Amino acid sequence: MQESTHPDPLGRPPVIEAGHDYSTVTGKISDIVLRQSAPKAWFFGFGVGFLLLMLLNLSISWLFVKGIGVWGVNVPVAWGFAIVNFVWWIGIGHAGTLISAILLILHQSWRTSINRFAEAMTLFAVACAGMFPLLHLGRPYFFYWLFPYPSTYDVWPQFRSPLVWDVFAVSTYATVSLLFWFVGLLPDLATLRDRAISRPVKMIYGALAMGWRGSARHWHRYQMAYLLLGGLATPLVVSVHTVVSFDFAVGVVPGWHTTIFPPYFVAGAIFSGFAMVLTLVIPARKWYHLEDVITMRHLDNMAKVMLATGLIVAYGYFMELYTSWYSGNIFEMFTSWNRAFGPYGYIYWILIFCNILSPQVLWSSKARTNVPLLFVVSLIINVGMWMERFMIVVVSLHRDFVPGAWGMYVPTFWDFATFAGTIGLFLSLLFLFVRGLPMISISELRELAPVGRTAEGGE
Amino acid sequence: MTNSSGANKRLNFEEIRRRLSQSTGPRYWRSLEEVAETEEFRSLVESEFPSAFEPGVDRRNLLKVMAASFALAGLTACKYEPERRIVPSVVEKNAVPPNKPLYYATAMELGPSVVGLLAESHDGRPTKLEGNPQHPASLGATDIFSQASVLTLWDPDRSRSVLKAGSISSWDEFSLTLGSVRHTHQADRGAGLRILTRTVLSPTLGTQLGGLLAQFPSARWFQYDPVNRDNQRAGAIEAFGQDLQTRYKLENAAVVVSLDADFLGSGPGSLPYARAFARGRRVEETGGKMSRLYVVEPMPTCTGSIADHRFRARSSDIEGIARALMAEVSGGAAPSGAPSWVGAVARDLLAHRGRCVVIAGPQQPATVHALAHAVNSTLGAIGSTVILSAPVEASPSDQMTGLRQLVGEMNSGAVKTLVILDGNPVYNTPRDLRFLDALRNVPLRIHAGLYADETSRWAHWHVPLTHYLEHWSDTRAWDGTYSLVQPLILPLYGARSHHELVAALAGDPLSSGYDIVQRHWRQRRKDGDFTAFWQTALHDGVAETPSGAMKIPPVKPPAQAAAPAVGAIEVSFRPDPTIWDGAFSNSGWLQELPKPITKLTWDNAAHLSPATADRLNVRDNDIVEIRTSAGKVKAPVWVVPGHADDSITVHLGYGRTQSGRVGTGQGFDAYSIQSSAQPHVTTGQVKKLSGTWGLVPRQHHFNMENRHLVREASRDEYLKNPAFAQQVEPAVPKEFTLYPNYEYKGHAWGMAIDLNACIGCGACMIACQAENNISVVGKDQVARGRIMHWIRVDSYQQGSLDNPRFSSQPVPCMHCEDAPCEPVCPVGATSHSDEGLNQMVYNRCVGTRYCSNNCPYKVRRFNFFQFADYTSDSIKGVFNPDVTVRSRGVMEKCTYCVQRIEEAKIDAEKQGRPLRDGEIVTACQQVCPTEAIVFGDINDKSSRVAKAKRQRRDYGILTELNTRPRTTYQARIRNTNPEIKES
Repeated sequence: MQESTHPDPLGRPPVIEAGHDYSTVTGKISDIVLRQSAPKAWFFGFGVGFLLLMLLNLSISWLFVKGIGVWGVNVPVAWGFAIVNFVWWIGIGHAGTLISAILLILHQSWRTSINRFAEAMTLFAVACAGMFPLLHLGRPYFFYWLFPYPSTYDVWPQFRSPLVWDVFAVSTYATVSLLFWFVGLLPDLATLRDRAISRPVKMIYGALAMGWRGSARHWHRYQMAYLLLGGLATPLVVSVHTVVSFDFAVGVVPGWHTTIFPPYFVAGAIFSGFAMVLTLVIPARKWYHLEDVITMRHLDNMAKVMLATGLIVAYGYFMELYTSWYSGNIFEMFTSWNRAFGPYGYIYWILIFCNILSPQVLWSSKARTNVPLLFVVSLIINVGMWMERFMIVVVSLHRDFVPGAWGMYVPTFWDFATFAGTIGLFLSLLFLFVRGLPMISISELRELAPVGRTAEGGE
Repeated sequence: MTNSSGANKRLNFEEIRRRLSQSTGPRYWRSLEEVAETEEFRSLVESEFPSAFEPGVDRRNLLKVMAASFALAGLTACKYEPERRIVPSVVEKNAVPPNKPLYYATAMELGPSVVGLLAESHDGRPTKLEGNPQHPASLGATDIFSQASVLTLWDPDRSRSVLKAGSISSWDEFSLTLGSVRHTHQADRGAGLRILTRTVLSPTLGTQLGGLLAQFPSARWFQYDPVNRDNQRAGAIEAFGQDLQTRYKLENAAVVVSLDADFLGSGPGSLPYARAFARGRRVEETGGKMSRLYVVEPMPTCTGSIADHRFRARSSDIEGIARALMAEVSGGAAPSGAPSWVGAVARDLLAHRGRCVVIAGPQQPATVHALAHAVNSTLGAIGSTVILSAPVEASPSDQMTGLRQLVGEMNSGAVKTLVILDGNPVYNTPRDLRFLDALRNVPLRIHAGLYADETSRWAHWHVPLTHYLEHWSDTRAWDGTYSLVQPLILPLYGARSHHELVAALAGDPLSSGYDIVQRHWRQRRKDGDFTAFWQTALHDGVAETPSGAMKIPPVKPPAQAAAPAVGAIEVSFRPDPTIWDGAFSNSGWLQELPKPITKLTWDNAAHLSPATADRLNVRDNDIVEIRTSAGKVKAPVWVVPGHADDSITVHLGYGRTQSGRVGTGQGFDAYSIQSSAQPHVTTGQVKKLSGTWGLVPRQHHFNMENRHLVREASRDEYLKNPAFAQQVEPAVPKEFTLYPNYEYKGHAWGMAIDLNACIGCGACMIACQAENNISVVGKDQVARGRIMHWIRVDSYQQGSLDNPRFSSQPVPCMHCEDAPCEPVCPVGATSHSDEGLNQMVYNRCVGTRYCSNNCPYKVRRFNFFQFADYTSDSIKGVFNPDVTVRSRGVMEKCTYCVQRIEEAKIDAEKQGRPLRDGEIVTACQQVCPTEAIVFGDINDKSSRVAKAKRQRRDYGILTELNTRPRTTYQARIRNTNPEIKES
């Protein structure tokens, strides 16, 4: 609210282009759902996503029929793509929470145009991520043994295990993210209810709006609840990936057993999350002609966050190398050497290029305003962060302490199919969301519109 | 049948019409043969009712018998199993509850080797074999083959029925054929009858075959095993003028020289040799003294890996080395061109006159054996470390010569009937003999075997033979000890034993194996209480021990003849370390057991040295064509550091075309390039072909990467600093933990593994597999890194690439006191017992596999698929009922044989006494030939394991992680000769 479309003292691009008032904002966003037919790109994107989703169906069925052996995991590399994908998806979700919660608390109003989108992305990424710990179990039908439920056998989970902490961290994260997203949606759902043409649509949005009437009391409670949820979600940005990093840091495996992991994982998560937001927002704003509400200001800000977190990640890489050398521990030193020059050395150099070298172009403001370049960089970072997780999970495990037990990990078709399948799930959910819900928060965007302020002579 | 019998007469229809028209009264005839009163019909009746043809039987009686014969024909479907009280168990039967296992003494033959065994039987189901401590060829240990033989018993691919020309037939029909064979050959006095057996060690079978040959004086009996003692036999004849069996008393030897002999790893007596050898190197017990072992060999073996000095030499160069050694030992100078170390070895031998021995390998030619005898004689070793005695075979013979004669006779058409009693000569004979072509000249070919194999495919008749756990027999170990072989179970598929088949051929189809064997022993033991003898022999597993020393003639100096030249590249043939000559090719346990040194599974390979690989421009998995005088074969290359240059070692036993679901199609057939003239080493040409093979080693990395896993020192270093192994890593103080340490008030189980004794044979792995129902996963799963062994033997190489030093390290679960696997399990499926066991609760495991990731030793194994076979009926028989069979999706690992611990604890509690040290023996410990593994209660300060862990050689691996492993190792010591500098 502090920011408006007044000329920015720093000359930054506006967060919403001139010419918008309440009704244009409301119309522009709600018409995408209610009145416009989907662009061709939507059908294409949803088609691809749905096909991949069917591949996921097939992969999971095959996995359950045959067993975990359809993947490439083995001893010593007992965790493979499943855990790599889990960490990658969870990381991607982080940008959404950061944008919604932390930027909300910090009153960064530029977040408004992208927070709904980013929150949806969080939710779908967590859905993808959440499947993997279950799928990768040898006996997935006993997954509930990880929950502390009142069992007649009086057995509890083993609370020293980071995997149990994971259960709490991820389930809390999923719950808070869903609540946050849904609470934020309430006024918009009411708007859609009010603007819907046919009765069935009205009824659906009406039910979802839970009786929102837009009274002052509603607004008052809504604002408070939203802020409180933001406060609840804020520590999750840090805690979830910290706990995920404990899965590794608590282990004794060289390459895992490092105190730097929690901050390094959180930075990596935000890094990859922002890259994913950019990857999704850039085509969406083009297809739906949203350049006036998702402005260059947003892209520029997100690029800066990527650059900053990318530098933290680079620092993490460097510190890992430094500590392994400084420790004098032969296992740690070998692991570092093996990452760069072992049989999976190419992974290391790919990730150095993707995660350290490629974001450096973002120092230049010209690069930050070059939309195609930003899109490419964001894709590269997504790939790089996946490689990083592969390096941490697989490359650390395949050569640990006893050379006689070293091995290699070769992913199978089903490893790739499952990964591609979750991308399908993600895309399907995302395209359905874009089709059926306002992808930009109408109520918050209204607050940015210059209406009223000029009338009242400014604030 | 009519085609195969040479004595068939054409039916004369005129004659038949005449006879029928002349007969009066009701007359029923069954076949035209009957009416014609042909020879076939008479022999048919004779074989059914032998007494009918005794002299003085008139026509009336004959007809009666014939009528009975026809009437009984319908009853043949009913099988009558005679019941007898035959089995005296080690523990009295009545005192044992039904779920308690019983142990019975028996013995297993493999080529010229015999191992005395105790078979474990669960409610009449043999599940596991242990060594018989009273048997001199076992001393309680077993080799991998006897461990795996119980799987062969239950193998669903075993031959289950009599086959006539490949179609299912019956024993009765086969009996008729045997009858007609007898009849035919009674006429020609056996001139066309040939019998081919494997090496016969059974005195009963020898006597039976002798009796058969007496009935058919012109018949002949040949023996053939691909692994035989032809060379030892010829060498003894060359040296002493007579065939003598050589035995070694390694307990008396301070210096041992092996000329290409893997005497610790395979062959007759390897188990007691390994034990005596290891005992001679327990420095704590011998006061710092230890024997010194020199090994010269082309391909690294178990024996080479434990040697103090291992020299590599081509197989064909060993004769020259033996001559040089002989020259040096007898005071002369070694011929020029001999390796420089020969002098040092000779001086070491001379310094230990009478306390040294030179051992020649079974693949070395007779001359090398003769030279070894000469060296031993010169050094005064004969009588002290070398014991010579009469050969133990029932009828010692030169098997290759015999086989060549047989093939010659078959080719000439002289053989009318060939009975192959066990063995698979179509597959396992040198291919230049063209055994199959010769076999097809034989009008009637009968094959008896455990499997319907390559030979039975070409036989008119195949009959299933009993497994040794199903039949009565007797056998004789290499030192002359007689043992009885007793069955643990009725034949699973109605098979007959070789005794019964030979008896049937000799005209006694009704005697059972039990009668035959007992009859033989009644003859041998005419005086004294036979029943008492029989009971004792069965109980102890030792029937008779050899008596008296024999007079040894002086050694003749070996001839100076030069060895036959072998060309630029030699090809040397060895039995496969795990599937032997191919007899075990259908054993999943043995196929999946990593071979010593190379750690390959499921395949054989052309093993060659790094330098030779460079010269041929080949690498691992490249396909080469090896061509010898006998033929050519495509083989994958496997580069073995430490292999002799310009030499290729191939293992026999693979490339089976008709083995079973497990063995068919694995590897390549090395017999196809074996020549009968030079069956052990020959000249070869190698050509690189395109393509790769896909060999699957269990271990990929043989460099220890500066980690202190195997710790070793020379004997001098050890004497200077006996605690050298404990000073490598700083010990983590026990207080370095936030939590209070566990207290172990009762028992605290621990294990000590002596790396100075371990020869890396892999017997522990197979014993563990048999005891703990460990699954076989198959080649593709091994390639994926999913092998299931709970104990593995890691192999490491140090030093130069061309001639590295080898070390073996068995790695079971360490049962860490601070086990990294335990805190990371989210459901508490792996936990710590109050006795210090790291336990795995299978039915609580959800399969996150975090424990495996966090295990620094990587000893945990995961059921990625449903590996355990729940569906094959017969394979269920082999499962140990005391151990859970794991299902898909759960983790498993070494339990220190917790079922054995609990059983002993319960026994002790019932008897109201404390547990005794040594009462609990883990499967790996029990089988170990070198007693390298010791298990017990470390809280009991007087226990063997506590003493072992108090040795200053004792160390734990990766203790800097503060895991505090309960399994510790004793460092290896090499008794190197200071005169010899390692390259």
